[in-house]
Amino acid sequence: MKLPFLERLSFTGKKVKLKNGDEANTDAHIEERNQGERAPHPFWVIVQKEMADQIRSWRFVILFLIILLTCLGSLYTALTNIRDVAANIDANNAFLFLRLFTISDPDGTLPPFITFISFLGPLLGIALGFDAINAERNRGTLSRIVSQPIQRDYLINAKYIATLIMIAVLIFTLGFLVMAFGILATGLPPTWDEFWRIIVFMLMSIVYIGFWLNLSILFSIRFKQPATSAISCIAIWLFFGVFYSMIVNIIGGIGNEADGRFTQVLSNLNPNYLFSDITTILLTPSIRSVGPLTMEQVVGAIPSTLPLGQSLLLIWPQLTGLIAATLLCFALSYVIFMRQEIRA
Amino acid sequence: MVEPIITFENLTKKYDGVLAVDHLSLTVERGEVFGLLGPNGAGKSTTILMMLGLTEPTSGQVKVCGFNSTREPKKVKERVGYLPDSVGFYEDRTGLENLVLTAMLNGVPRGKATERATRLLKEVGLEEAMNKKTGKYSRGMKQRLGLADVLIKEPDVIVLDEPTLGIDPQGVQDLLQLIEKLSKEQGITVLLSSHHLHQVQQICDRVGLFVDGKLLAKGTLDELSQELFSKEGITTIVKVSEVSDELITMIKNHPSVFEVEKVDKQNLHVKSETDVTGGLVHLIMDSGKSLLELSIKEYGLDEIYHQYFQGGGNHEAPIPRTT
Repeated sequence: MKLPFLERLSFTGKKVKLKNGDEANTDAHIEERNQGERAPHPFWVIVQKEMADQIRSWRFVILFLIILLTCLGSLYTALTNIRDVAANIDANNAFLFLRLFTISDPDGTLPPFITFISFLGPLLGIALGFDAINAERNRGTLSRIVSQPIQRDYLINAKYIATLIMIAVLIFTLGFLVMAFGILATGLPPTWDEFWRIIVFMLMSIVYIGFWLNLSILFSIRFKQPATSAISCIAIWLFFGVFYSMIVNIIGGIGNEADGRFTQVLSNLNPNYLFSDITTILLTPSIRSVGPLTMEQVVGAIPSTLPLGQSLLLIWPQLTGLIAATLLCFALSYVIFMRQEIRA
Repeated sequence: MVEPIITFENLTKKYDGVLAVDHLSLTVERGEVFGLLGPNGAGKSTTILMMLGLTEPTSGQVKVCGFNSTREPKKVKERVGYLPDSVGFYEDRTGLENLVLTAMLNGVPRGKATERATRLLKEVGLEEAMNKKTGKYSRGMKQRLGLADVLIKEPDVIVLDEPTLGIDPQGVQDLLQLIEKLSKEQGITVLLSSHHLHQVQQICDRVGLFVDGKLLAKGTLDELSQELFSKEGITTIVKVSEVSDELITMIKNHPSVFEVEKVDKQNLHVKSETDVTGGLVHLIMDSGKSLLELSIKEYGLDEIYHQYFQGGGNHEAPIPRTT
């Protein structure tokens, strides 16, 4: 009985204020409308909706299960082989726990955890983003959303943030799961250094997957058909994952040895390569350099492992490279999306 | 009380050198139902997009509720509800959830949004389908849900782009009546675009005719027909038992008649400056024929429409006709 009356009250209030055209008054109106219960910011409304959509979707569930199974598989291999590794390990650099993430089967049947992440991670990013915008356009929901009083960039930002949160949750779930199983099975607790290395490794994985997510969102804005954007993304992923290193090797083979630097630069343009550098350095503390070292540089060096801070310094260029690539994709999608005309 | 709520000033939009909207100037008043009529591709949708700030005009400006659509699109979108011509909803969510999402994007807290959505769904007659996923909705149901969706932000203006497209005749009637009722009850200004003349003419207070990006005419239906057909005079449709040359000559001799057209054996169209029905009855009686039917032709939107298209028939490309 009481509520319709209130509704009408606020409605007539709105009309009066509109006639004044006074901005402060209309803001007051909005506040008045929100009183009692606080309304979330529209940006977080979209983020919430996107996350709910992802969780409900079959594709997320399927991808989650695939990645979970492969990770448990690689953990199993690591656990069966860790005894041999432990026997051979040097007592001085005893980062045995980290080896859980990097041990591969001696027969080569199952690759280690990090390989799975660097292989399936891009697929996850692409799968969650390739139809972000064009599916909405095709369903006719895009023009309805952009005609609501929100900034247009909220939509892509919110989609990006929501998917990134989902990816972060997934990566941390898996990482901690592997860690927990590792502790349970071996009875070996990680040192603080090892723990932080794993945390940083997971953060880096999120940045890496974020790059692929951004690329696929860019394609979903650019291409009208979800199939086109999916195939283009997968093509780029395959190119960098498989063919790029072959091409670099061929170029390296043509030139003489002095061109080692050149091939190094070429390789660094490959996001896959950057990520594998990052993971190797993070999870293998004994690695001291990404490139070749001359004899003069090695002279006088103490043969020990690097502390985490030094390893982080080593991967700094790779990390900034990945972030730069991500930002480039994001800037492109932003420019294209803001200029695009959205027709029903 | 006449108060302009939407003003278009010399609005122009060019796509790759082709004029989609050509110097449109128009004012829509608060509380009226304005019909934007024209064939497909006439620039109706482009005009609407510019009005919502979804695309930038090449020149000119639109003001809605006093706000410039290009510079302050957010303020405009707070006050305008827009129903696109092929409206879509999140298909794996229910109608209620879709509406609540829209309301929350407009800054309405969840509890209130749910309450408002429930009320609106009742109003548009979707009470029973409220908790069904919108993927299972029929076309007509989606349009009604779309109407609820534009109303949930309590707009001052609603813009409906081809709202009757693809709905069966009964559904069209229901939808139009609903629009009319809402407009009258809540004082909402309605701007609707259509190429279906009959459907729209019953609820529009004023119409604007749009061809090739130009507004050819605007006004109420009466004004339009007067403006158009005043030079043609009044057409009287006469049906007699048999049309003879003698009868035609007799009618032609009537002082205010200037044209007699024989349609077939029994029908005549008589054009005159004044109402000549009385005179015609006498003439026909005198000629010995029996009068079967006599009426003054009234002009609907259809005739106005055709008249304009004949007048503007020198387009380079043929106008795509309605399907």
